[in-house]
Amino acid sequence: MNPVNYLYLAALLFTIGAAGVLIRRNAIVVFMCIELMLNACNLAFVVFSRMHGNLDGQIIAFFTMVVAAAEVVVGLAIIVSIFRTRHTASVDDASLMKL
Amino acid sequence: MTTTSLAAAASTGEAVQFWILGTVAVIGALCTILMRRAVHSALSLAGTMIVLAVFYLANGAYFLGIVQIVVYTGAIMMLFLFVVMLVGVTAADSLKETLKGQRWLAAACGLGFGILLIAGIGNASLRHFNGLGEANAGGNVQGLAALIFTKYVFAFEVTGALLITAAVGAMVLTHRERTEREKTQREQSEARIREGKQIPPLPAPGVYARHNAVDVPGLLPDGTPSELTVNPTLRERGQIRDVSGAALDELKALEQRSEERLGRSEEAKR
Amino acid sequence: MENLIALLVAAPLAGAALLLCGGRRLDRAGHWIGTLLALGSFALAVPLFTELLGRDAEHRTLHQHLFSWIPVGGFQADVAFQLDQLSMTFVLLITGVGSLIHIYSIGYMEHDERRRRFFGYLNLFLAAMLLLVLADNYLLLYVGWEGVGLASYLLIGFWQHKPSAATAAKKAFLVNRVGDVGLSIAIMLMFTTFGTFAFGPVLGAAGETSEGKLTAIGVMLLLAACGKSAQVPLQSWLGDAMEGPTPVSALIHAATMVTAGVYLITRSGAIFNGAPDAQTAVVVVGAVTLLFGAIVGCAKDDIKKALAGSTMSQIGYMILAAGLGPIGYAFAIMHLVTHGFFKAGLFLGAGSVMHGMNDEVDMRRYGGLRKYMPVTFITFGLGYLAIIGFPGLSGFFSKDKIIEAAFAKGGTEGWILGGAALLGAAITAFYMTRVMLMTFFGEERWRKAPTPSPAEPSVEPAAETRGEYTPPHPHESPRSMTIPMILLAVGSVFAGGLFSINEAFVTWLEPVTSVDHGHPPLSASAITTATIVVMVLGVGLACLQYGRKPVPAVAPRGSLLTRAARRDLLQDDFNHVVLVRGGGELTRALVQLDHSVVDGAVNGTAASMGGLSGRLRQAQNGFARSYAVQMLGGAAVLIAVTLLMRGV
Repeated sequence: MNPVNYLYLAALLFTIGAAGVLIRRNAIVVFMCIELMLNACNLAFVVFSRMHGNLDGQIIAFFTMVVAAAEVVVGLAIIVSIFRTRHTASVDDASLMKL
Repeated sequence: MTTTSLAAAASTGEAVQFWILGTVAVIGALCTILMRRAVHSALSLAGTMIVLAVFYLANGAYFLGIVQIVVYTGAIMMLFLFVVMLVGVTAADSLKETLKGQRWLAAACGLGFGILLIAGIGNASLRHFNGLGEANAGGNVQGLAALIFTKYVFAFEVTGALLITAAVGAMVLTHRERTEREKTQREQSEARIREGKQIPPLPAPGVYARHNAVDVPGLLPDGTPSELTVNPTLRERGQIRDVSGAALDELKALEQRSEERLGRSEEAKR
Repeated sequence: MENLIALLVAAPLAGAALLLCGGRRLDRAGHWIGTLLALGSFALAVPLFTELLGRDAEHRTLHQHLFSWIPVGGFQADVAFQLDQLSMTFVLLITGVGSLIHIYSIGYMEHDERRRRFFGYLNLFLAAMLLLVLADNYLLLYVGWEGVGLASYLLIGFWQHKPSAATAAKKAFLVNRVGDVGLSIAIMLMFTTFGTFAFGPVLGAAGETSEGKLTAIGVMLLLAACGKSAQVPLQSWLGDAMEGPTPVSALIHAATMVTAGVYLITRSGAIFNGAPDAQTAVVVVGAVTLLFGAIVGCAKDDIKKALAGSTMSQIGYMILAAGLGPIGYAFAIMHLVTHGFFKAGLFLGAGSVMHGMNDEVDMRRYGGLRKYMPVTFITFGLGYLAIIGFPGLSGFFSKDKIIEAAFAKGGTEGWILGGAALLGAAITAFYMTRVMLMTFFGEERWRKAPTPSPAEPSVEPAAETRGEYTPPHPHESPRSMTIPMILLAVGSVFAGGLFSINEAFVTWLEPVTSVDHGHPPLSASAITTATIVVMVLGVGLACLQYGRKPVPAVAPRGSLLTRAARRDLLQDDFNHVVLVRGGGELTRALVQLDHSVVDGAVNGTAASMGGLSGRLRQAQNGFARSYAVQMLGGAAVLIAVTLLMRGV
């Protein structure tokens, strides 16, 4: 088996995550889909690291994880705060930024 | 995980592992986006992440594999679950699309994107794999540490600052500060009398109802359920039990069954 | 001596400022102040003249640089004066005739309560006219040019309570403006061609400039001259300008301002010499106008309008002469000076007649006035003899020379121009004799009450004339009016003769205008004889028509030509049809075009933008998921493009 299959898997997971972002309305699930996309990227980085024979790809994946953690913290705080005021977690209901 | 598995061509064992776990990962991802309840989505995602952790390990990223399990699956996904619980665990999403044409556009864009991405990877000449044998020679964690604290030290510092900022931001976003003095009981009752809308305390749930639970509204003398008798949070979540028609019959049957059981046990006692 | 030049302009300018800003305190002394300052300017001109006479012919040019007006990079405009033989001639004419007319106005405007203002305007005119002829560059000349236009406007409309006067003032101003545009364009062309507009450099460099540029400048200068000097096609304002007080008609619309066009063409002689096409245009304009004015003069019953037609015609002579080039410049100026004397005298005489006849201007209401106003009759008669070119009087010398010069142009052109000038001389004799006979000879038609005229049925007889008609009491004018008339009559008798002794005038002007005598196809004496013969013919014809038969007190219907000439040969109708109605139609068409095409394009663009925006706005629905779809689509397109580029 060629390790390039990992990359196909990463692309597939990324696409599934993107589709989830597009079709789900629950903000929490949308967030999970974003996490899925980030993880797919991380997998690709790790495989690239193996491909090139150095650890830089893993470093990038590591930083991605840190940033994803920070993002989750802030994003979930925003979702909680929206839920408190609007009593809903649907992204379609937060559609006030239009004419 | 031996260094041989990190060679250019993966071993048969790794191939088997990939095909089995890869299928699991894809199924988990699909479940994540297709499950109606957010809790199920979160659990499916956690499964996918554990599979990914195994793949990291298989690709020689030992440190990241462990971090994936500890931080992602252990911390982040639990945070997700926590928020899901906070927002309402039982509320199921409707998967009916409300935006016109959104689903078709999403399908077209997603398919196009995926096909292009996979075609791009296939098109690229990625035949040659060096393997991480040399890079991981002094230990994976030591290699990473050497890079993080030398070449990437500034990025590391900046991500540290980012984490602190995120923590502070989360606190700011969720923290609600009381800006006025809390009302005393006396003031509350005075205000209630002044408004004259609901002077006595609110009626309790389940009173005169067929079933005495907090999510069953009390019946008014004329037999209609009163929304006032249940907790506003339950009302918001739409978790009030229906007390009319089929639901009532169902309830009655339940009561009957429990009565029978109780009766049986009573009989047994006798 | 040079420093006196600015004072020439400053004296009347100070008078104008004093009289116009001084207020009612100066009402009693205003006319004396104005007259004294005009005389002062004349008194300054005389020593300057003697100074020039005392020098060599080559060094008779004085310069005075007052200050730098607009110094901007390569654009240098100075307020500087140049006094040479040509300017000097004009200065003497302007200040001399101007002073006489100031004196005359003291008596003429005696009963007008706005007399101080009148003298203020007259002084303003003198200052502007002197600035015009003394300027040493075209830009300063333009200032004077506009200044005399302003003064002319103010003075034509001096009796602004009369709607006809107010309208005439506006008309004069507007028609003049057309010419002024020509002058300003000419100055701009000069600046782009020569980089300056001072007389010296421009005229010096004219010889080395391409003929096309010179023609363009020359035609624009001709347009300016047409406006200011009432030449065809911009002649229509002069007849109406007679609505102003008679001294104004004498000074501005006969002697000085209307000759500014002749000055301009003569001054710019170097430009015209290099542009034969422009010269042809000038002579055509001159010849057409001299016949046009003469025909109009024959038909007018209003004494001032008849004289106005005559003025137009005589200036046509001058323009014709100026257009002939070095053969004619000096004679144009000479005719200008003699014309200044006799035409001013004629106008003052007409004013004197009107003064004695209760401001009646219709010559058919005159008749037999020679007994009642002898001084006016004699001075008017001398002016009359001068203008028809009676041998020995000044008009004879100057006009004869112009006819000679016209023939000397040579070829068919020379014959046509000479013939036109001769014909003009005959018509001049005819209409001036007509004026003379209708005014001073024949039956005393003013004794009877006027009857409504069939030719002009719109003129209703005034109420009092119908019931109890009191005939006017013709009387001689006061001394302040007769003395200037006498002096001008003396000038009109002797000026021409004096100028012609040893060709003194031509020699005097030669350094400026470069005289060329030319060779007429006929001998000079033959032309002179012809001139005298056509003059006698004209006089005889007029005597037959107006001397032998009694003049009808009401104008007969007359032939088609007469009726057209009464209406100024339909010039106003022409202007109305071509300019007013044509302009209106053009404007309407342009408005239509503006609405449909320009506004259509603009509004259409706006509307299509609005529609497009409305469509695009649909995409901005505020739903984060829609935006996410767009982002993903964009990312897909980016990947596709990247792959395609790599594939290529």
